[in-house]
Amino acid sequence: MEGLIVSLYIFILAILVGFEVISKVPPILHTPLMSGSNAISGIAVIGALLIAGKTDNPTLVTYLGIVAVAIATINVVGGFMVTDRMLKMFRRNPGDDTN
Amino acid sequence: MSLEYIVNIIYLVSAVLFIFGLKRLGSPSTARSGNQLGAMGMLIAIIATLLNNQVIEYEGIILGIVIGSVIGITLAKTIQMTAMPQLVAIFNGLGGGASALVASAEFTRITQGINPVIELDVSVTIMLGAFIGCVTLSGSLIAFGKLQSFLVPSNAINSIFIKSLNLILFLSTIAIAIALAYSYTLGLDSGVNYLFPLLITASLLLGVFLVIPIGGADMPVVIALLNSYSGLAAAATGFALDNTMLIIAGSLVGASGLILTNLMCKAMNRSIWNVIFGAFGADSISHSSGGTEGKYAQSTTPEESAIVLAYSRSVIFVPGYGLAAAQAQRQTKELADLLQSRGIDIRYAIHPVAGRMPGHMNVLLAEAEVPYDQLYAMEDINNEFDNTDVAIVVGANDVTNPAARDATESPIYGMPILNVDKARSIIFIKRSLSPGFAGIDNELFYSPKTRMLFADAKRAMADLIVAIKELD
Repeated sequence: MEGLIVSLYIFILAILVGFEVISKVPPILHTPLMSGSNAISGIAVIGALLIAGKTDNPTLVTYLGIVAVAIATINVVGGFMVTDRMLKMFRRNPGDDTN
Repeated sequence: MSLEYIVNIIYLVSAVLFIFGLKRLGSPSTARSGNQLGAMGMLIAIIATLLNNQVIEYEGIILGIVIGSVIGITLAKTIQMTAMPQLVAIFNGLGGGASALVASAEFTRITQGINPVIELDVSVTIMLGAFIGCVTLSGSLIAFGKLQSFLVPSNAINSIFIKSLNLILFLSTIAIAIALAYSYTLGLDSGVNYLFPLLITASLLLGVFLVIPIGGADMPVVIALLNSYSGLAAAATGFALDNTMLIIAGSLVGASGLILTNLMCKAMNRSIWNVIFGAFGADSISHSSGGTEGKYAQSTTPEESAIVLAYSRSVIFVPGYGLAAAQAQRQTKELADLLQSRGIDIRYAIHPVAGRMPGHMNVLLAEAEVPYDQLYAMEDINNEFDNTDVAIVVGANDVTNPAARDATESPIYGMPILNVDKARSIIFIKRSLSPGFAGIDNELFYSPKTRMLFADAKRAMADLIVAIKELD
């Protein structure tokens, strides 16, 4: 149960950090924010790797783990790449040389 | 120092990279590097995990990573920007699905053997991860179907049957979860294993029937909410696996999704409960109160509009999703450039729910190479309409409807709108006088300041460009 309390602390503090960091994002960037944060939610890949990599698993567990690795990887790789593709398109007025 | 310490230190570094990455996503000039920091954080978290001495079998992992990368890269490279909401819906679903699979695999692993005993906190968090993950997965697939108009009706459905079904499904998942947690805490007969697939099924069905009744116009809220869920699913799975990295990253995404959900709800003046359970617009036809008798909309020609535009000093474009649906972004930009070359001040007014997901319209215009310093958020431009010669509305409707300000009986009453009616003159490009998503007549059509240019957006832009060029 002690582990659970520590995890709860981390959870609540991370949520608060998230609110603080993201609340000032301007509307122009909401789509990239969403697809970028979406890629971060592919962090489930870590859990998938830990499960798929164990040797003493029943076969079913290993298969579930491998499928989880594959779909989380789609989320991670696709998410970060498509966000980059979008952000590459954002540019200032060519007249301004400030960028 | 053991390997586990090193792995955990690397996780800490990734967490910091995620936070700084999200922070840098907050400004257009640093956003790209922010995304790259996030990707870096993910890469080192994955490498650290592979170094972990619990990970021994690599063949399956490599297979999974290769397949996932190929699909991910293909999707990211080939997707049309107009289809971004569908892609994000799919990615949300996959994130949730991955968490649900991890939770299910962990459940299967620890319930091996005879009469296993599982501590309450472990069993509850596993079920929570599986539940949120499954709702996210199936809900996202339905949202995808609605956005793509594929297999699922995109209109809102107000059905007491679906509401009751959802309540039953929700209560069933809770009942199953209690039964499972109780049996495993006491180490009772492991025959209750079959209840877990039942929990998965009920959760998947709940995701389906929660999203099915929600109308297409509310998809920005739904996608933002599912985005949040995909993070919370990962966080719950992190609790089950006692993995700090999953908890931190999942919580950050959960928080970001909640903020966006809240912003979208505010932009439509709706509560989240109203979006999910209100079936907004389901009985839309009955709302066209007042009727159109005695009201007269003045139509115009491209030539006439060209003169109005060409001899103005300031123009604000008000784009809506109809612009993207007609693939008219590039023509719009071309018209804007042409006007700008005549010394006219050009700005774009973007309503928070223009498009099918938060910020979608900005991306579509950025793709057409509209510089982002011409794109103005609603609160930054609403006071500027008073001093503007022409507001040109393309493919937007409800977000310009003054009824939202003062018609208390209107279903959109209270929704923040763009003050298009304050401009000195208004050109409304539209195919007909038909009402928008919310099914409400727009009194702006009948204002003496308004001229209706009846045409498809792309056609109208092309005609305006030709007409303005002919003026010289």
